[in-house]
Amino acid sequence: MDTSRRQVLKGTGGMAVMGLAVAAGLFKPGSAWAQDGWNKAAFATKSLNDTVKAMGGGSAMESKDIQINSPDIAENGAVVPFTISSKIPKTEQVALLVEKNPNALAASFNIPAGTEPWVNTRVKMGQTSNIIALVKADGKFYYTTKEVKVTLGGCGG
Amino acid sequence: MADPMKIRAAMAGDKVEVRVLMSHEMETGQRKDKKGVPIPAWFIQNVTATHNGKTVLSAEWGPAVSKNPFLSFRFSGGKPGDKVIITWTDNKGDKRTDEATIG
Repeated sequence: MDTSRRQVLKGTGGMAVMGLAVAAGLFKPGSAWAQDGWNKAAFATKSLNDTVKAMGGGSAMESKDIQINSPDIAENGAVVPFTISSKIPKTEQVALLVEKNPNALAASFNIPAGTEPWVNTRVKMGQTSNIIALVKADGKFYYTTKEVKVTLGGCGG
Repeated sequence: MADPMKIRAAMAGDKVEVRVLMSHEMETGQRKDKKGVPIPAWFIQNVTATHNGKTVLSAEWGPAVSKNPFLSFRFSGGKPGDKVIITWTDNKGDKRTDEATIG
């Protein structure tokens, strides 16, 4: 009698811990953000909409005031250079997403006042994909896309 | 401790253009070794650049940033002789800080 009762208790206890872990992982991305200054939830997203949500926005509008400079065809997906610039006033954040990578968000930059909304970096691309430049300006999100063809993927072993 | 960063900071018109080359594996966590064991992710998560105590750029990176990351940006308010300090932190908690003088 006693042992089975204990087992039941153990069982439910374990379930509760699991439930907490799920809740912490899925429904409280804000806490992870506050802890280490790295938006874990945003870096786990698979699409533009999810990334925008994980960054605290609603939806993003397409904008012609964002520019992506990159090669149209990348021979080596392990190193694809990108320059992103924004002409949107009050640009405060610039992010780069690779739609078909395992996780979409590659890098995000906070642009304080006095810093030009212009960044240049290099990212990996697993395959030919749309690149999305996401810009947060005055609390709103804007984006533009560009397709980059990859002849040799950057995520293989 | 990781290898030092290569930092160049130079005036470009009235702005300072900073170029940084970091030395880091940037392992994605997606790859497997020859025995099929996944190689754990190891990548720079945070980068901060300061000038005269003011943050001029901060970045959050995922493992999709290329190995030995390159970063370039421009800010205003700097002059030759000033220092630009760059710090990165990776997902294992390793840190590296280097500085350059604006030329």
